[in-house]
Amino acid sequence: MGSIAELFQHLMNGLTLGGIYALIALGYTMVYGILKFINFAHGDILMVGSYIGLFTFNLIRGESLGVWTFIAFFIAMLAGMLFSAALGMVIERVAYKPLRRATRLAPLLSAIGVSFILSNMAAWLWGTRSRKLDYPFRNTPINIKGVAITPHQIFILVIVIIMMVALKLFVDRSRVGKAMRATSLDQDTAKLMGIKVDRIIAVTFAIGSALAATAGFLIALEIKVYPSMGTMTGLKAFVAAVVGGIGNISGAMLGGILLGLLETFGVALLGIPYGLRDTIAFVALILILLIKPEGLLGKAEKEKV
Amino acid sequence: MLNFLLLIFIYTGIYALMAIGQNLITGYVGLLSLTQAGFFAIGSYVTAILTTKLGVNFWVTIPAAALFSALFGLLIGLPTLRLKGDYLAIATLGFGEIVRNILNNWDKLTNGPMGIQKIPMVTIFGYTISPYKKWGFLIMVWLFVLFAYFLFQRLAKSRLGRALEAIREDEIAASSMGINTTTYKVWAFILGASVAGIAGSLQAVFVLSVAPGVFTFMVSIMVLCTVVLGGMGNFRAVILGAFLIQFISYFPQLTGLTDIIPPQFRQVLFGLILVVMMIWRPQGILGRERRSAPTPLFKIKRGQ
Repeated sequence: MGSIAELFQHLMNGLTLGGIYALIALGYTMVYGILKFINFAHGDILMVGSYIGLFTFNLIRGESLGVWTFIAFFIAMLAGMLFSAALGMVIERVAYKPLRRATRLAPLLSAIGVSFILSNMAAWLWGTRSRKLDYPFRNTPINIKGVAITPHQIFILVIVIIMMVALKLFVDRSRVGKAMRATSLDQDTAKLMGIKVDRIIAVTFAIGSALAATAGFLIALEIKVYPSMGTMTGLKAFVAAVVGGIGNISGAMLGGILLGLLETFGVALLGIPYGLRDTIAFVALILILLIKPEGLLGKAEKEKV
Repeated sequence: MLNFLLLIFIYTGIYALMAIGQNLITGYVGLLSLTQAGFFAIGSYVTAILTTKLGVNFWVTIPAAALFSALFGLLIGLPTLRLKGDYLAIATLGFGEIVRNILNNWDKLTNGPMGIQKIPMVTIFGYTISPYKKWGFLIMVWLFVLFAYFLFQRLAKSRLGRALEAIREDEIAASSMGINTTTYKVWAFILGASVAGIAGSLQAVFVLSVAPGVFTFMVSIMVLCTVVLGGMGNFRAVILGAFLIQFISYFPQLTGLTDIIPPQFRQVLFGLILVVMMIWRPQGILGRERRSAPTPLFKIKRGQ
């Protein structure tokens, strides 16, 4: 018990889980940064992306295992991402845009409605049975000094890191990224500077949703796909975004990974019963909101009169 | 058929109670709380445990359920109500899930996922209010609803109600007028929680069993829909909303179309109600009850 190898094992598992949370948390944080509201339907967009990826993969993978399976896997992931991106933009246009100037409560309620529609439509169309992605490649754990690492875990970590770096570069370096940052700072001024704010908001939703779909597809690989999968996963990722400091992209990454580690170590080392695993995230949320409400990397906002 | 209608009216009453509480929190203070299911569960379990394990009379468990829910309302309210609205929604949602999680796992007290069966029927002056003879039960539930309605209506018109509305309209202005915003918000939360707890007690003696599977997030959403559909800040509207939501909910069974209409139909419809109402009629069917000049709280300002 408690040997170094075991510690690294939990670290590895925690990082994989945390990476997935981080990808989802990015979507929450980006939307919050710009529109100052929680996209409750984010988790369900993830679920839809996950299903689309799964279906595409089953459709095109063929029988033989080979290079094509590998390519098909990425095509399926891309399909899920594109579909989710489009879905995210449509939802924004239909359910949130008309409410941009309404009270804070209105878009929040609308988002809860969208979330409910999506998860139940999925249950209706695709059934409530949970599915799993058939392993496209071998998943025998690689043993490094007593630490068992599955190829899937490596795969997930690589994808997560690529996505994060790409996003960070996009937001920090590209023109659209600059426009996104400007919109998040001050919408009206951004508009005066010639930034098409509506389009930037749509792009933000598209990117956030695509990242969620990626995470969903990775969950399909490692865990399961079912219509209500988005609710809990989404909530936890939201907690991750808050812990890191909502509105802050690096914060979402940090928060996601911290939460993943906390859940894994909480069950493995602190002896929290597995059934109460989901509770850890919410206790973390309430604690962080009490101690440091702006999150680890967030800036405290002064309330203006 | 009549029996089925009576069942719907009983559930309407139970949901109306929860919605009255939600209305005080969401309609009056403008806080989005998603935890009525949690308080509902606590009330149900208090009654179930006290009556089956300790042999306590049902009428004693009603105040116990209200007090217990109120206590949890205070516990969850104190830390979270200092937060902005959006965080509150998530924190309260999390609380509801935690309650269900604990009910599912605390085998000794709650019997885990199996729940508690054989809850004794309600008796009053030697007369049994059996859930099988629905008229008596219906009257009992609606007496509670009426009582809660008048009580909350009075509260809303009192100093408390005025303070709550002031907080909703402008929290900073309210606090500079000397209103202790946190205290008042916590009070709204406690009152809303206790009435949901009573609804839980009634549910327990109506179904005569409790199980964690009943108290899902779906319940909180239905209560929220009830308030939004009827009209936020209007207790009469909320009761109307309860009728509509229950009829929508049992529509497939009422019309005998259960074969054609999939079970997810009503959930999808509830989602649609939330979105459509927010876009076209955010004030609900009846709208807010007003004593003074209307304020354009929910009016969408067209772009500049």
